[in-house]
Amino acid sequence: MSSWLDYTINGLIVGNVYALVAVGLALIFGVSRLINFAQGSIYLVGAYIGWVAVVQLHTPLPLTIIVVAVAAALVGLIIERFGLRPLQNSVRIAPLLATIGISFVLDQLVMLTFSPNPRALPSQLPDVRFQVGGGTIGPLDLLIAGVGLTSALLLFVFLRYSKLGWAVRAASQDRDAAMQMGVDVNRVNQAVFGIAAALGGVSGLLVGMYYNQIDTAMSLQATLKGVVAEVVGGAGNVPGAVIGSLLLGLVESYGVAVFGTSYRNLFAFLLLVVVLVLRPNGLFASARQAPPEPLTGTFIAPSRPVRIPRWALLAATAVFAVLPFFPVSFYVLQTLINAWLLGMLALSLTLVAGTIGQVSLGHAALLAIGAYTSALLSLTLNVPVGLAIIGGGLMSAALGTALISPSFRLRGHYVSIATLAIGEIVSLVILNWESVTRGPIGISGIPPLSLFGYELISPNSIYGFSFVVMVVLALLQGRLLSSHLGRSFRAIRDDDIAARAYGLSLNRYKSLAFIFGGFAAGVSGGIAAHLYSYINHETFNTQQSILALTVVILGGLGNVVGAIVGAVALVGLPEVFRIAAEYRILIYGIVLLLLVRFRPQGLLGTI
Amino acid sequence: MAEHAPMLTLRGLTRRFGGLTAVDAIDLDLAKGGLVSIIGPNGAGKTTLFNLVTGLDRPDAGTVHFEGQDITGLPPERLAAGGIARTFQLGRVFGNLSVMDNVLIGAHTRLRAVKPAVPVIGPLLELGLALLRPASVRDEEERLREEVKAILARFGERLLPRIDQPAYSLSYANRRRVEIARALALKPRLLLLDEPTAGMNPTETTEMQGLVAELKAEGLTILLIEHKLEMVMRLSDRVIVMDEGRKIAEGPGEQVRGDPKVIEAYLGHGLSGSGEQESAA
Ligand SMILES: Nc1ncnc2c1ncn2[C@@H]1O[C@H](COP(=O)(O)OP(=O)(O)O)[C@@H](O)[C@H]1O
Ligand SMILES: [Mg+2]
Repeated sequence: MSSWLDYTINGLIVGNVYALVAVGLALIFGVSRLINFAQGSIYLVGAYIGWVAVVQLHTPLPLTIIVVAVAAALVGLIIERFGLRPLQNSVRIAPLLATIGISFVLDQLVMLTFSPNPRALPSQLPDVRFQVGGGTIGPLDLLIAGVGLTSALLLFVFLRYSKLGWAVRAASQDRDAAMQMGVDVNRVNQAVFGIAAALGGVSGLLVGMYYNQIDTAMSLQATLKGVVAEVVGGAGNVPGAVIGSLLLGLVESYGVAVFGTSYRNLFAFLLLVVVLVLRPNGLFASARQAPPEPLTGTFIAPSRPVRIPRWALLAATAVFAVLPFFPVSFYVLQTLINAWLLGMLALSLTLVAGTIGQVSLGHAALLAIGAYTSALLSLTLNVPVGLAIIGGGLMSAALGTALISPSFRLRGHYVSIATLAIGEIVSLVILNWESVTRGPIGISGIPPLSLFGYELISPNSIYGFSFVVMVVLALLQGRLLSSHLGRSFRAIRDDDIAARAYGLSLNRYKSLAFIFGGFAAGVSGGIAAHLYSYINHETFNTQQSILALTVVILGGLGNVVGAIVGAVALVGLPEVFRIAAEYRILIYGIVLLLLVRFRPQGLLGTI
Repeated sequence: MAEHAPMLTLRGLTRRFGGLTAVDAIDLDLAKGGLVSIIGPNGAGKTTLFNLVTGLDRPDAGTVHFEGQDITGLPPERLAAGGIARTFQLGRVFGNLSVMDNVLIGAHTRLRAVKPAVPVIGPLLELGLALLRPASVRDEEERLREEVKAILARFGERLLPRIDQPAYSLSYANRRRVEIARALALKPRLLLLDEPTAGMNPTETTEMQGLVAELKAEGLTILLIEHKLEMVMRLSDRVIVMDEGRKIAEGPGEQVRGDPKVIEAYLGHGLSGSGEQESAA
């Protein structure tokens, strides 16, 4: 039986690991106001380099740590130099998207090199435990604590007594003033990315040893935990990040003690949402902060959208509408059905992320809500499938908006964090709420699509149904954009302060955008549930959220036609070129990076 | 007494940022139809004062009364609906919106047909009406569009030919004009202009001065921040001079201009009104 002391020790040790990730995030945020979504990927890379060192090269422990730190730091420097520095003068959304793209590319590269199967990462320390009071502590615990304290000390000395450290502190206090005083911002960025990556990599190594297992899913989890700890401590606040990490470790550890292991992450994300809502500047932020002053530069890339003549749109619609009447293969229809489902999700996201500027990273949760609602309505209440899908849309609209509404006063990157966390919360609730969602078993035997009593089973009818639904949603969204709501949403995106000064309530209009977008995503999820006939808490995951984001950026943020073109392109092109499934995510990540760098306005332009 | 009814009254208005008191116990009275200018060196706290009046920032102490009502700390969207409009020093247009849409946003608080005043489900009705667009909604939109064109016509041929262009593509001076047009579309009862001529050449400045004079003649109540003293002297009923958050002088333009404290404040900061203007341009 574990004692409370054990849970406390465990919490502090895990907190120490989080601190190594969170401190890096805080350093980067302090200097460049950027939340580095690739931090978890560096942690993953660190764990796998550690595995290579330990298992294949048989390095001794101190050398392992040094190898990992140096290799990870190199990765960090490469990210800074080639991923982010070219974006210094681009729109505000660009670096955020770039770190997301980098994270996907790194994760996929690791997965392709090492396979997605978990590996054992043996601890190189003797497996003994010492009695301390009522609990026990092992050498690895001591190592982690030691590495944590040593890094903190080194960092302190660096920041306090070195010239570069002084520059880092100056840049995080007032970047412009620091630049005027001759601080070389590129050097500062290099320094913080290198340090952050070294700490993150070592953290991955230690966690791998602690649990004696590493796998590629660690990356996203680490990013999330690090971000939680950092935000709890106050974004950009280095000591705050350490305290936030220890707090997070303890909250999780005690939560697990009381409720069980599957609740660990739920506690982490609830802590995040509570802090974001109640104290968005962190637990230790000083007095009320003034609203940030006029943001220079625009949020999205300004562009003149490509004008597509009406006849061309009508012709394209007609071609796709009559396609099933020609002898096309089942495979083509299947691919296009996937494109239409993704198109609905992209319509939703292009409204939320593009038109009103709330870059959601948890959009797959809306699919999940719609899918579960529709599946359960039709299975347990015998609601006709057509109505059940509409029910799924409405539930996504209502629940999705309710869940995100406490975060409406957040801006920029914080919105992305909040949506990411809410997405995770939704999937954890689905996993744990067994009486309703059937927990990890998932829902099987979902009835197939049907309309007015006729089952839609043939590929042709499924194709027709999903195409018509998508076109209707697109037309509605086009109509919305041409109304006063379209300009109100876009005004809020371009400058929320000026928008408020002209009477636009952010709560009201963000709600309306999420209601409309939630409906489209919920309908997409509902249709998917009836097509798949089986869903579980992992059917709709973060990869889909990121895929949808890539589609939206490819098409042009806020661009209705662009969302559909983007969906067809990203679903269709890999099929055309017969790219193996495991390379697709990698390609999506690379596409995202190239777009952000070279064509931020997408194919058809932002609207 | 009616023409002297107070429109805006500030008492002891104070805002601190950390150790710095950006606005320090400011009192101000602005009568209906009046025009008061606020001048002072950069960093004096003029813009912060505007933020406090328009609800974008909340004071640490003091009160704001508008038409006799205490509006201290109300959110900006409420104040906009109450008839207060402002422009921003650095020009905050909606870059991706067309000139027409920018100015239509100014009229947002005046939308009625599409925003029925129904509690709770009001927002959902708004969404429904925006999609269905019955005749009443279309008429309202059409009326507002005509009105926007009339407002833009006040700027001669500066904006009308560019009505469908996105605001980011406009010149700096034109963006300032769009901001003022947007403010006018709100049909404000109180207009706050933050350095409306910053970055404009003499011709453009004269044009702007003419427009402000016109607005004043139409009875609009105006609070003006301006560095160009010439314009301030011509337009203002009264001038308030701020320095380091405090009001250091107040009175008719000519009197204030000769006040040694004012000259000292400007010279002490090594800036004259016009010198600063050039560096901003
Ligand atoms: N959001 C803020 N946070 C901290 N200090 C601020 C903020 N806004 C303004 N200040 C400071 O308040 C002082 C007054 O600024 P401001 O009102 O912009 O002056 P003015 O408009 O007269 O040039 C300046 O010293 C400025 O640096
Ligand atoms: Mg100012």
